[in-house]
Amino acid sequence: MKKFVSIALAAMLIIAMAGCSQSEAPAATTAAPAQTEAQAVAQTQVPETAALTGTVATDGSTSMEKVIGALGESFMEANSGVNFTYNPTGSGTGITAVSEGRCDIGLSSRALKDDEKASGLVETVLAYDGIAVIVNPANGVEDLSLEQIAKIYTGEITNWSEVGGSDAEIVLIGREAGSGTRSGFEEIVEVKDKCLYRQELTSTGDVITAVSQNPDAIGYASLASVKDSVKALKVAGVAPSEETVKDGTYLIQRPFVLVTKEGVTLSPVAQAFFDYATGGEANDIITAAGVVPVN
Amino acid sequence: MKKRTNLFEAVIHGIFLLLGLITVGCVLLITVYLILSGIPAIRQIGLFKFLFGTKWASTAAEPEYGILPFILTSIYGTAGAIVVGVPIGFLTAVYLAKMAPKSVKRFMEQAVSMLAGIPSVVYGLVGMMVLVPGLRNIFHIPDGASLLAAILVLSVMILPSIIKMSITALEAVPKEYEDASLALGATPEETYFRVSVPAARSGIAAAVVLGVGRAIGEAMAVMMVAGNVPNMPGSLFQSVCFLTTAVAKEMSYSSGLQKQALFSIALVLFLFIMLINAALNFFLKGDKNK
Repeated sequence: MKKFVSIALAAMLIIAMAGCSQSEAPAATTAAPAQTEAQAVAQTQVPETAALTGTVATDGSTSMEKVIGALGESFMEANSGVNFTYNPTGSGTGITAVSEGRCDIGLSSRALKDDEKASGLVETVLAYDGIAVIVNPANGVEDLSLEQIAKIYTGEITNWSEVGGSDAEIVLIGREAGSGTRSGFEEIVEVKDKCLYRQELTSTGDVITAVSQNPDAIGYASLASVKDSVKALKVAGVAPSEETVKDGTYLIQRPFVLVTKEGVTLSPVAQAFFDYATGGEANDIITAAGVVPVN
Repeated sequence: MKKRTNLFEAVIHGIFLLLGLITVGCVLLITVYLILSGIPAIRQIGLFKFLFGTKWASTAAEPEYGILPFILTSIYGTAGAIVVGVPIGFLTAVYLAKMAPKSVKRFMEQAVSMLAGIPSVVYGLVGMMVLVPGLRNIFHIPDGASLLAAILVLSVMILPSIIKMSITALEAVPKEYEDASLALGATPEETYFRVSVPAARSGIAAAVVLGVGRAIGEAMAVMMVAGNVPNMPGSLFQSVCFLTTAVAKEMSYSSGLQKQALFSIALVLFLFIMLINAALNFFLKGDKNK
């Protein structure tokens, strides 16, 4: 009996505590938006459209997770009635999904093929993802062709002297399986699943640190996060920068594409998201996600 | 009046019981969750293929999920850390418990406590910035991120638990044992190694097991120095991936069978740690029965 009483009392105590925290909750949520920059940006930039409600369904590229997630979050923040969903299935699946009407906007991390365009799909480039190939500042090599990079990463070229550097073994540094930067790099350079890495690190920062510590290392990192502690190589004579990524002369880059279907009118809420993402208002958020906005 | 005190005590008892149940609940929750989420992938891949497969390529077009490289790396890495760390830790403990002057002992014990308080990411960072380039230069290898680097980091990380626990065990040895040994004409050193250490052996064994537990469960520091490529460990200078790092490095982007397989790795790791805990209990129990 005593035990029962004590347990019941303890349970009541917990319920009472839960009650307290519930009454505090609204204050916490109202304070939160001011804390993150992205959300603050969203609030100032998105025009207060008259109470948008409904669902925006996106489907496709896993590499776009970061940028589309940030955009979706800020859009939902500004329009409380909107439910934004993102289904990370891969570019091909996303394109199929939009052509079959299973989602509002398809997400593709490659340009549409001609036959896909012919079937009535429309591509709108949201941003460009540029990937810089980085080496240690002490490395004498300045410029590599795409083919040389592919040979280096597949182990055909193993010594820096073969590409004009000093006589030292090349140390390949990359990202972990599943990373968007890794899949982007491997797709563009066409070395998918063939890379013989010496180190697989879990963040861009770690890759940059590892390359800055080893004079014979080569790595890759998204363009936005490259720092002075490493040297970004020219690829086929073009140095990576926002401009060269945008005009397409820098080769290791890919477009992040919003795919829609010709003749199908987007729901008002999906159209509002589309305009928000591509209209230049959300450029800060896109840049913060590590890619180069188009507008 | 008496009744009120009883009621008050009952409430306090209830609260304590509830707080205790939180721990038990967490352990049960994690165990059940790990088993439920770890079993499906093993069944799909096949237990034998999963445990003894030598190739891990989770995102390849034809994915392969063999975790033998991770298991062996974890075993080799932990064994290496024990081989390097235990002699240092044990001898330090004997010195601190029996021979060191008071001031030295206080200072060194402070240092050991500090070492225990350093977050593992700091060990990793120092390893990445100092140890990895250092190994590269010393051994003239292309890159220093290797099994050896991980072993060295781990052996430093397990020092505090080994030293502290061994000191406790050595100080618990009854003074009469040592006095008797000294009275029979043994030198102090003979006494410490022939009398004190054997008397404290189960506590020291527990210290080693505790070190093993710490080493096998460490993820962050190891991830920053080991290179993380799922190679079969064949040389100290190879880039390797531990059970912990295999889970940690792919979890954030994984999906489908890959994610389930990561849970299965976590389950295997969990079983290893359960075994180690059982061993620890065994040694500690032996200590009490004596």
